[in-house]
Amino acid sequence: MATNPFERAGSSGTITRPPSGGELTTDSVFRGIAYVCAALIVVLTALILWELGKEAMPAISKYGLGFWYGTTWDVNKGVFGVLPEIWGTLYSSLLALLLGGVFGISIAIFLTQDFIHAKLAVVFRTIVELLAAIPSVVYGLWGIYVLIPMIRPGAEWLHQHFGWVPFFSTDLSGPGMAPAALVLAIMILPTVAAISVDAFRRIPYKVKEAAYGMGTTKWEAILKVMLPTASSGILAALVLGFGRALGETMALAMLIGNANQINLSLFAPANTLASLLASSFPEAGGIEVQALMYAALVLLLITFIVNVAGLAVQQYTVRKFEGKA
Amino acid sequence: MTDIDLTAPAAPAFVRPNLQRQAWEGRAIKNNILTGITWIIAILAAIPLISVIIMLLMQGGSRLFGSDIVEVLTALPPAGFEMGGGIGPAIVGTLVMVAIATVISVPFGIMAAIYLAILGRTSQLATYSRFLAKVLTGFPSILAGVFVYAVLVINFGYSPWAGGLALAVLMLPTVVLAAEEAIAQVPQRMKDAAFGMGCTRTQVIWKVVLPTGLPGILTGVMLAIAGAAGESAPLLFTALFSNYFLESLAPVNNPTASLSILIYNFSGMPFENQIELAWTASLVLVLIVLVFNILARLVGQPKA
Repeated sequence: MATNPFERAGSSGTITRPPSGGELTTDSVFRGIAYVCAALIVVLTALILWELGKEAMPAISKYGLGFWYGTTWDVNKGVFGVLPEIWGTLYSSLLALLLGGVFGISIAIFLTQDFIHAKLAVVFRTIVELLAAIPSVVYGLWGIYVLIPMIRPGAEWLHQHFGWVPFFSTDLSGPGMAPAALVLAIMILPTVAAISVDAFRRIPYKVKEAAYGMGTTKWEAILKVMLPTASSGILAALVLGFGRALGETMALAMLIGNANQINLSLFAPANTLASLLASSFPEAGGIEVQALMYAALVLLLITFIVNVAGLAVQQYTVRKFEGKA
Repeated sequence: MTDIDLTAPAAPAFVRPNLQRQAWEGRAIKNNILTGITWIIAILAAIPLISVIIMLLMQGGSRLFGSDIVEVLTALPPAGFEMGGGIGPAIVGTLVMVAIATVISVPFGIMAAIYLAILGRTSQLATYSRFLAKVLTGFPSILAGVFVYAVLVINFGYSPWAGGLALAVLMLPTVVLAAEEAIAQVPQRMKDAAFGMGCTRTQVIWKVVLPTGLPGILTGVMLAIAGAAGESAPLLFTALFSNYFLESLAPVNNPTASLSILIYNFSGMPFENQIELAWTASLVLVLIVLVFNILARLVGQPKA
């Protein structure tokens, strides 16, 4: 026989009383709703995969794996391949990661290793966070009217004098890989910096004290003790920053030139999966929509793998330092 | 036994090694060079932001802070060679779609966070949801547009609801994770005290946990709104664009303007006037995003 555990409390004349039947019902309903909402995230993810898969199905069955290594995107002939876009996505993201990574990690060191007064560090941190707050299209606009004219003379000089180097083998005629990668680097810098700052903060203060106690200079302590200790957290920052770069759309659609070609040159126009979607989707119809859905699935797959890898590394770091299960 | 050899030279006197760091010692030079490089990198990293702000104020500010501010904020976008014009429909469209996204994502997000942080903290569902929410925060925003295109636009055409839903998909994981963190920080003792009074779990959540965690939750919501307002990729083919004001909230075939798409469309135009309006729209958009960022900081601070 079920008994109400609060029965005696209710009869003893205190301010407490047992929950009424109505309150217990509300409780069950409320918890039910919360459960549904939590499940919603799982359902939403599944639904995204299902919908994209469903819409892309005709293209998947028609083009199969050839879609991944095809190099033409021609609506009139009905030939679709995304290798140039995959190349452009990976190449621009890698370049951005190289630059954004160096800058992001340096800034994390700058902010956490007593280079400036703590109050100034807060100001500087806010500046870096604001970099993340500026919308992608605004960076695109800035890239078109400020960055491209600014780097053009330098690019021309490099092309004229070092044209034999594959990276400088073409002229920068306007949009291209270099401005796109530069803007992308600016956009992932806050992500890399923020996660790296966390990685440095997580190192116990004693570790630094011990290094200084051995007579190291500040940079010996940073390079030989702090960086190796924070390395897994920094790796997570880099991988998650890479994931961010892969999916970035608008700034790239405005700056990369949307040309389906595979070229090592930094100044040649290229294309990425996300900007292919952005530039082709609004006017697409019929089979092209299906092909674009397939391209979206390819992008989803690549970013999913990179993000899961980044999260796994981050989880590992947290466990290492906090002993959390 | 050996005699002490008195003729041996005396041991050299102990010389105290110089432990002071020498300024021109290799290690010190290396240290100073690296410090210099770090300073240069830090300053270089601030340049893009400063450059963007200067350009926004110079190119966009002349129209926005001039005599034609009312026209800029309320008029329709100009056609081809037309002069003047404004970004009125785009401002309305952006605000409406962000509002729709907020209304959809915030209740679901907070309820999900309650489950993740309190009701089923260690359950399997919570583990999966939390993981997927983290994966979704790194999800390319354009895919939210593709998803809504597949679900809504193919059947019903472009509409502010489709745009709002795409933004909601992007906001949801941010809201969930921020709210979960805020709720998890409510001290266990406060909850225990409420349980001790005979509260049901729902009452504890409504009367203790949510009021206490509110500043943190609001911070997350404001940041999510700021992010959504600046998004453009998910709106490209869900809300599309329109040169006219939003006349109804009809969910069928009702293309809607937004600031970000206006910037995208006008940025590539060969007309001086449109490019100037793109800068003005950028300035307005950045100001909107900034307001929500500042609000996020203000509401998150504990009351003095």
